[in-house]
Amino acid sequence: MRFTTRSTLMALAGSTMLAGAAAADLSGELKIFLDTSNPAPRATMEKMIADFGALHPDLEISTTVIDREAYKTQIRNFLTADSPDVATWYAANRMTPYVNAGLFEDVSDLWAEPEIAENLASTKGAMTIDGKQWGVPYTYYQWGIYYRKDIYEELGLSEPATFEEMKSNCQTIIDSGRACYTIGSKFLWTAGGWFDYLNMRTNGFDFHMDLAAGKVKWTDDRVRATFANWRELIDMGAYVENHQNYSWQEALPFMANGEAAAYLMGNFAVAPLREAGLDDDKLDFYQFPAINPDVELAEDAPTDTFHIPANASNKEAAREFLRYVVSADVQTEINNGANLGQLPVNASASVDDDKFLNEGFAMLSSNSPGGVAQFFDRDYPAEMAAEAMQGLQEFMVFPDNLDDILNRLDKVQARVYK
Amino acid sequence: MTSSPAVPDTTPPQRSWYKRNEIAVTPWLFLAPAILFFAFYVIWPIYQSIVISFYDWDGLGEARFIGVENYVELMDDSAFEVSLWNNLKWLLFYLLAIPGGLFIALFLNQTVTGIRIYKSLFFFPFVLSQVVVGLVFSWFYLPNEGLLNGVLGLVGLGPVNVLGDPTMATYGIIAAGLWPQTAYCMILYLTGLNAVDPEQIEAGRLDNAKGWKMLWYIIIPQLKPATFIAFVVTIIGALRSFDLISIMTNGGPFGQTRVLSFYMFEKALSEYGFRMGYGAAIAVVLFLIMLVFIAYFLWSMWSEEKGR
Repeated sequence: MRFTTRSTLMALAGSTMLAGAAAADLSGELKIFLDTSNPAPRATMEKMIADFGALHPDLEISTTVIDREAYKTQIRNFLTADSPDVATWYAANRMTPYVNAGLFEDVSDLWAEPEIAENLASTKGAMTIDGKQWGVPYTYYQWGIYYRKDIYEELGLSEPATFEEMKSNCQTIIDSGRACYTIGSKFLWTAGGWFDYLNMRTNGFDFHMDLAAGKVKWTDDRVRATFANWRELIDMGAYVENHQNYSWQEALPFMANGEAAAYLMGNFAVAPLREAGLDDDKLDFYQFPAINPDVELAEDAPTDTFHIPANASNKEAAREFLRYVVSADVQTEINNGANLGQLPVNASASVDDDKFLNEGFAMLSSNSPGGVAQFFDRDYPAEMAAEAMQGLQEFMVFPDNLDDILNRLDKVQARVYK
Repeated sequence: MTSSPAVPDTTPPQRSWYKRNEIAVTPWLFLAPAILFFAFYVIWPIYQSIVISFYDWDGLGEARFIGVENYVELMDDSAFEVSLWNNLKWLLFYLLAIPGGLFIALFLNQTVTGIRIYKSLFFFPFVLSQVVVGLVFSWFYLPNEGLLNGVLGLVGLGPVNVLGDPTMATYGIIAAGLWPQTAYCMILYLTGLNAVDPEQIEAGRLDNAKGWKMLWYIIIPQLKPATFIAFVVTIIGALRSFDLISIMTNGGPFGQTRVLSFYMFEKALSEYGFRMGYGAAIAVVLFLIMLVFIAYFLWSMWSEEKGR
């Protein structure tokens, strides 16, 4: 693990301080439910919880790790029936059903504490519904285009900054017998990522959020403009064929084998691509290029979160755990390259010295003036997102069905936002 | 003189209530656990589903009574229409498992060295989990690397992307489902063939019946019980087709391979599903379709009993 002396000292200071403040009075049981079922995140979380347990020897901590996909459906059951004290989830609209049903604890008091208020300000908006905060973030990651640097160099291409460059690059790549972008749209959400970026670049962040809030119709001309841009890419053959058959993992080999030159994905794609043999000389990252020069760049940066269920039995210990998770030293530790390999949410934490984390951090902190979105299926209400992503996939395969798709989405919109 | 009764006391000793009613009560006692569980785990949930289908409920908050609105919406829901049609395709094409099973059973019903091994090999797919069957077939169908396209390529056809093509995907999944289901029907027919009366075959031979005539007029009528069971399990299997769809296409491409059970799951219970009422309404429709078949099965079993 790569630690700077400063952060080690801070960690020491932090842990002794925490231990001094709280170790004496926390007892009972603390039940934690996690959706971090992939090996690396799981180990990170278990290590972090063990460290927390060491600070509070009287606290009996039990951890349950649930498969990430299964967790999304099980959360409804365990929040209502047999509640844990702490549970992972996602920020923004994905919280809404549980907040409205009164199943998440209001933790605005934590956000009022200076330690959190000062250091976590950037994610406060994503955790806020009805002016209150319903949990704390523990990690977030950038989205962007990961590309095969060696292929770009071979073809004499450079990172595009405009849509025109993006398209001309793409044409060169197609002419060399490759696809520009790999994507696996079997589980639909990957198409949501493309729509997020194309819409935010064409119409801007605020418009994208208005569409999410149901204030704009899907048949609006501005939405059509987004699809027209998208169609240019589809018609030139930018995407790998038969993407509707693949999951996002199954689409990785196209890039690893050099059959496709780039992948619009979250930073979590870096680990499997590195494992597939793409080192930093072959793999690189660029921000999604500007399309409409009049709109400010905005990015997707999904945030994963911890919440206290309203029916939790040991809320005091749960709050202490949340404080611990967001503290600067823990944030530095769990988000470093050896662990989650993502970005820390605490402004005083340090970003691990990794090429992609550095680029992502720089992009999100200085080159995303338009705003930071969570992700299509987190910003849009669940039902709208499900129908829309299905339509996006259909559009990617049969662009001619666009009118039909948009009319259908208008109908869904009218029902969802009543 | 002591007065002693002239006749012995004939009043029987007082027996317990249970002893007196033993014949009437015992069957019910034996049935009670089953009735209780059936009522609690089958009848009650059906009733609950029907009730929920009249509500607008996200499964978490307050349920709001909306009458038949869910059903009205179903009428106008293109995804529901697609699912209904797909269910029909499943019902129809899944039945191919019955002639397929019969054919293999006839083929295997001979005494050759090692026939038991061949029989077990043919039965093998039924033992596999549906998830494994789905995975194997989705690899088989893979557009570039799959075996199917390799074979098609040899004869100069293809490539086809079975699961990625909305018009073909459902048939592709049904074909995958037929693999284990045919094995199941085959086993039913193999046992049925053991019970075929050799005397009737002999008599048929004397009357010069052979080939198709022998099969159609002598063998198949005797296999009627097996055919009935095969029909029942195949219909039920077709209506329950969920695992294969979930594994092979996840309902896609763009919802074109959904069937009612999968659509219900998506609307009510999946990652983005928060419409319990709507899901319940779909379940009720599926239940009504099943009811048609269940009624037919019960009726034919009942008339069989009566005929005896």
